[in-house]
Amino acid sequence: MSANPEKSGPSWLGTYTVCYLIFIYLPVLLLPVFSFNDAIYVAFPMKGFTTRWWAELAQQDGLFEALKNSFLVAVPVSLVSTALGICSAKALTGYRLFGKQIFTGLFTLPLVIPFIILGISLLIAFNSYGLPLSLWSVGIGHVLICVPFSLFVLMSRLESFDHSIEEASLDLGETPWMTFWLVTFPVAMPGILASLLLTFTISFDEFLLAFFLTGNDSTLPIYIYSQLRFPAKLPAVLALGSAILVVTFIIVTIAERLRRQGDAQLGTGVE
Amino acid sequence: MILMIVALIFPFLMVFGLSFTVETGPQGQSEWSLGSYQAFFDKPQYLRVLWRSVIISTIVAITTVLLAYPAAYFIAFHVKKNKMRWLILITLPFWTSYLLRVFAWKLILGYNGVVNSALIYLGLIDQPLDFILYNVNAVVITLAHAWAAFAILPIYVSLQKIDKSLIEAAHDLGEGKVATFMRVTLPLSMPGVVAALLLVFIPTVGDYVTPKLVGGPNGLMIGSLIQVAFGRLDNWPLGAAISVISMITVTAGVCVFLLGLDRLKKMVA
Repeated sequence: MSANPEKSGPSWLGTYTVCYLIFIYLPVLLLPVFSFNDAIYVAFPMKGFTTRWWAELAQQDGLFEALKNSFLVAVPVSLVSTALGICSAKALTGYRLFGKQIFTGLFTLPLVIPFIILGISLLIAFNSYGLPLSLWSVGIGHVLICVPFSLFVLMSRLESFDHSIEEASLDLGETPWMTFWLVTFPVAMPGILASLLLTFTISFDEFLLAFFLTGNDSTLPIYIYSQLRFPAKLPAVLALGSAILVVTFIIVTIAERLRRQGDAQLGTGVE
Repeated sequence: MILMIVALIFPFLMVFGLSFTVETGPQGQSEWSLGSYQAFFDKPQYLRVLWRSVIISTIVAITTVLLAYPAAYFIAFHVKKNKMRWLILITLPFWTSYLLRVFAWKLILGYNGVVNSALIYLGLIDQPLDFILYNVNAVVITLAHAWAAFAILPIYVSLQKIDKSLIEAAHDLGEGKVATFMRVTLPLSMPGVVAALLLVFIPTVGDYVTPKLVGGPNGLMIGSLIQVAFGRLDNWPLGAAISVISMITVTAGVCVFLLGLDRLKKMVA
C-alpha cells in the first residue's frame, strides 16, 4: 500500500487553514484593539493606550435609548421565534406531514432572499394596512428571519429524539399536553436555550430590516450606522462595537456549547 | 405555522402588485400600469447596475468557495479530534454584527486605513494605495469574508459524507494524489460546492450595506438602487419593480447555472 494519504500534505493545508482563520478573525479583532488606541484615526503606528473612548460611551446621547430599544425588540423576538420554532420543528419531525420538504423549504426562504427585498416587502405590507412603523414592525421582521435559525437548531435536536418515549408516555395515560411538558420539553431544553440565545443575537445585531422597518426609534445597529458619518465619533463607535462583539461571542459560545452538550447526552454527538 | 408562511408569501405578492402601478397623485393615488418597468428599462444605468450586481456576486461566490474549500477539506480529512471545535471557531465571527464586520473592512482598506498606514510606516510605499477602497475589489473582499460561513459549512458536510474507502481504492489502483482529488474527491463534493455557490450568490446580489460602506460609486449594487427608490426618490412602485426584476434575474441566473451544470455532468459522464 502506498504511503498513508491521510498523513501527507496536511502541512500546507494546515498552514492555509490557519491563515484563513486569521483572515476571518482579523477584522473582528481590529475593533477592540483600536478602541484602546489614543488617536481619532484607525491607522498605524498606534499611539498610546487609553480608555477614554470607553469612558466617552457613557455620555453618548441616544446610546442608552438605542440599547433599550434593542433589548425591547430582541427579547420578545427570541421568545416568539423560539416558540414558533418549537411548534414547527415538532410538526416537521414528529408527524408524517404532507409536503414536509416543501414546508421546510418555505421556512428557510427568508435566509436565501436578499434582506433588502424582505425589508421592502414588509414595508409595503405594513404601509398598505396603515400600520405605523415602530419597534413592533422591526420585531415582526426579525421573527421572520429568526424562525429558520430556531428551526434548524431544534430540528437537529428533535430528529435524534426517540419518539417511542412520547408514545410510552401517552400509553401510560398522560395527556398530550403533559407529555409534551414532561417528556419532549426536557429533552429539547438545550436546543431551546441555544435557540433563544442565537435568535436574540440575530435580532440584536440585525441592521437592514431594522433600517427599513423602524419609525423614529433606533436600535443599536441603526444608532451605530448613524454615528459612522461623524469621524470624531469613530473611536467611541469602536468601543461600542467591541463591547457588542464581546457579548455576541460569549452568547454564541454558550449556545453552541449547550447544543453540543445536549447532543452528547443523546449519544448522537458529532465528536 | 401556516400563518408564518402566509406572513412570508403575502408581502411578496404585494411587492409584485405594487410594481405594476404608478403613482398618479401626491397622496399616493395610483393606477395599474407598466410604467415602473418602463422607467427601469429606459435608464441604461439601471441595467448596468443590475448587470454589475450579478457579476460582482458571481465573483464573490466563486472567490468565497475557492477560499473556503481548502479549509473545509483540511477540517474534514486532516483534523482528527475536535472537528466541531474547528467548525465553531470558523463560524463564530459569522454570528457577530454584519454591520460591524463590514465597517471593520472599511477601516482596514481605507485611504488612511490600517493597510495603507502600515505599509507607509514600514516604508514599503510612499503614498496610500487608492485602489483598495471604494471599488469592486473592496466589495469582493468584504463579501467573501462576510459570507465565509455559508460556503464552508455545505462544503464541509459534503466532504464529510464521502466514503473514505473510495479514496483509498483510488490510491490502491495507482492514482496519484492530485488525480484522486480531481477524479474522486472533487466530483463527490460537488453538491456542497454548488450549494455554497448558490447560498453566497443569491443573498449577495441584493446586499446593501457592503456596497454602501466600501463600494464607492463604481461598486454600487442593485440594493442601493432599491433603497434610493424607497428613500430619496420616494417612488415605491419603481423600487418594487426593481426588486421584482432583480429577483427574476437571480432566479434566471440560478437556473442557467444549474442547467449548465447538468449539461456538463452529462458531457463528462
